[in-house]
Amino acid sequence: MAPLVRTSSTYFAVVGILGGVLLFANLAWIRQLDEGLAVTGLTDRISWGIYISGFIYFIGISYGGTMVSAILRLTKTEWRRPITRIAEASTAAALMVAVMMPIFDMGRPERVWSLILYGRIESPLVWDFIAIGTYLAGSLLFLYLALIPDFATMDRVLPRRVRVRRVAYRFLKMRWEGTPAQKRSLERALLAISIIIIPIAVSAHTVLSWMFGMTTRTGWHSSIFGPYFVGAALFSGIAIVVVAMAIFRRAHHLEDLITEDHFRKMANILLVFSLTYLYFTLNEYLTITFQPSTDEQILLQLLVEGPLAPYFWFSTLSLVLVTVLLALPRTRTIRWITVSALLLNVSLWVKRIVIVIPSMAVPLVPGDTVATYSPTWVEWAITAGSFASFCLIFAVFAKLFPMVSLWEIEEGEEAARLAAESPAGGPPARPAAPPAVGAKGGA
Amino acid sequence: MAAACPAAGPGGRTPDSAVPSPERRQTIRGIIRAGAAAAVAIAAGQSAVEVLGVHLPGAEEGHEVNRFVMVIDLAKCDGCQKCTKACQVAHFVPDGQEWIKVYTVKDGFGGEYFLPRPCQMCEDPPCRNVCPTGATYKDSDGLTLIDHDRCIGCRYCLAACPYSARYFNWGEPPHTEEELAHEYSPHEPWPHRRGVAEKCTFCVHLRAEGKLPYCVGGCPTGALYFGDAAEDGVTNSRGETIPLRKTLAGNSAYRLREDLGTGPSVYYLPRRGAP
Repeated sequence: MAPLVRTSSTYFAVVGILGGVLLFANLAWIRQLDEGLAVTGLTDRISWGIYISGFIYFIGISYGGTMVSAILRLTKTEWRRPITRIAEASTAAALMVAVMMPIFDMGRPERVWSLILYGRIESPLVWDFIAIGTYLAGSLLFLYLALIPDFATMDRVLPRRVRVRRVAYRFLKMRWEGTPAQKRSLERALLAISIIIIPIAVSAHTVLSWMFGMTTRTGWHSSIFGPYFVGAALFSGIAIVVVAMAIFRRAHHLEDLITEDHFRKMANILLVFSLTYLYFTLNEYLTITFQPSTDEQILLQLLVEGPLAPYFWFSTLSLVLVTVLLALPRTRTIRWITVSALLLNVSLWVKRIVIVIPSMAVPLVPGDTVATYSPTWVEWAITAGSFASFCLIFAVFAKLFPMVSLWEIEEGEEAARLAAESPAGGPPARPAAPPAVGAKGGA
Repeated sequence: MAAACPAAGPGGRTPDSAVPSPERRQTIRGIIRAGAAAAVAIAAGQSAVEVLGVHLPGAEEGHEVNRFVMVIDLAKCDGCQKCTKACQVAHFVPDGQEWIKVYTVKDGFGGEYFLPRPCQMCEDPPCRNVCPTGATYKDSDGLTLIDHDRCIGCRYCLAACPYSARYFNWGEPPHTEEELAHEYSPHEPWPHRRGVAEKCTFCVHLRAEGKLPYCVGGCPTGALYFGDAAEDGVTNSRGETIPLRKTLAGNSAYRLREDLGTGPSVYYLPRRGAP
């Protein structure tokens, strides 16, 4: 609870730096609004660049919350409890940033409402708009529902001086009092939304992959794109949650709640997804290698030797490296797992570039040349701003609610206690106040 | 922190306010129904609008449906690019855009030839299929045009076009007085504006005058032919009209990326017997 009331100087420093980056990004955005997309490195041949690959990346990392909160909840995986809040927050933050990216990419951002007024349901882009909109609403709802008991706790516990926030908490807790009937309702609601959000999440990223898969371009028109994107998303989502876990564990002194065991279990999940993603990648590129078709050979050459080769090799080799790091016992410590997760995120951000740009570089008309693309400072600045926004949203969240789900942890502890006591028969005595949660420095 | 445990609160009765009352449930149901009805209404309204073509200024109703085709004789094209320039001048085309672009192709036998590529005016255009707002549309003559009042600049059409035939106004294009004095319409899409897609229109605005497109009319060698498939004849800049079907059949005419099923309206006559 302490972070909600006291703010360290480290926090101000971090927020200051992120704010500076965001300010710079805004200047770049203003420049772009002023002069148009001509300030980017985009051309008529390569007309989608790092804004769109960034968009795919942020939708991808949104799967962290879905995976940890929804899937692990449905599988009744108990160790998820200390990390569900971080996961749900990362989904919400990722989606909020993700929906900004296409707006940066639009030629006429003021006409974004046309998607609602004139949207053509035949267009994969409109499917994407609907799917991601639904996913954003669903994930915010999920985050909110899981916060209700903690809003009540905060309303009760926080000192009077955080008056403004307490007014909000009083409203947001929806008269939660922890009665059995309310708990049942909440359980049912969370169960329902956990089940619903999985197909919504899967559809959101699949539909995004179809924006590429439904074109005729070499490298895009691949039937594996749906599973490929979903696999990458699950992967990068978990990785981002691991990084967030490491940061909040250190910042809020949650060492007893978020243990090395949690990291190792997340590393196991990451390892499984890593192998799956390697498998998909192998499928994708090996089948291209075997095609005599000119277009496929040009694409392959672009990836392996051309100007974009550094991106391709970096993303592929770092993926292999991370798989090894996650598997070896020596590098399955908190520090190394976090490093792997961080490297993974960089790798997957670069991988999205490898997906978007080479296919646009392949010439389509006889006599046409291979195109090139070089992002300008405006694009880099706005991209940096997107990452800064993501981190800043987390920073704001940390001041609004606890980054561990107090009630879920207590629920787990109580269930464990009841299970231990039940062989004695009869209703157990009312349990004493839970020992671990509040007593530690940060929670 | 002991008080923080929700389980330690007052036991027993559920406060009535915690469970939604029947009235509230009715209200929630009503809201959901209204929302669903609104969604259906919007979808229905939009379909009606599409069918009636109400919002499409370029669609000409009551017009006899034609199918315009272009035939390009690659034996005659010498790569002079006068077609490109004629189009650029007539339409105030923004710098860097070549609505008809002439490619130099190595023929694999040591020689080279020139391939002019206008918009292929596909029967099933990928650009129109992916457009999220319907800014790219097909008019009643089957010509794919762009409504620049509607385009949001997402550039999905540029990504989807298999012929690299579409262009985008990345910045504000420079304007002349003459261009600015003109009234915009999708048939005569200038003044050009930034942040929207552009492409060849098969000079739809010249149809009423019965004139050939500027590229066709501006070709010094008469390599480009244009006409209405229904009339089975195409004409070039020299006034030579050739029968369409016979020419295509007798010269092994081909279309670009035939395999994609887009159904282009531009036919190419390969060079035969060239020195």
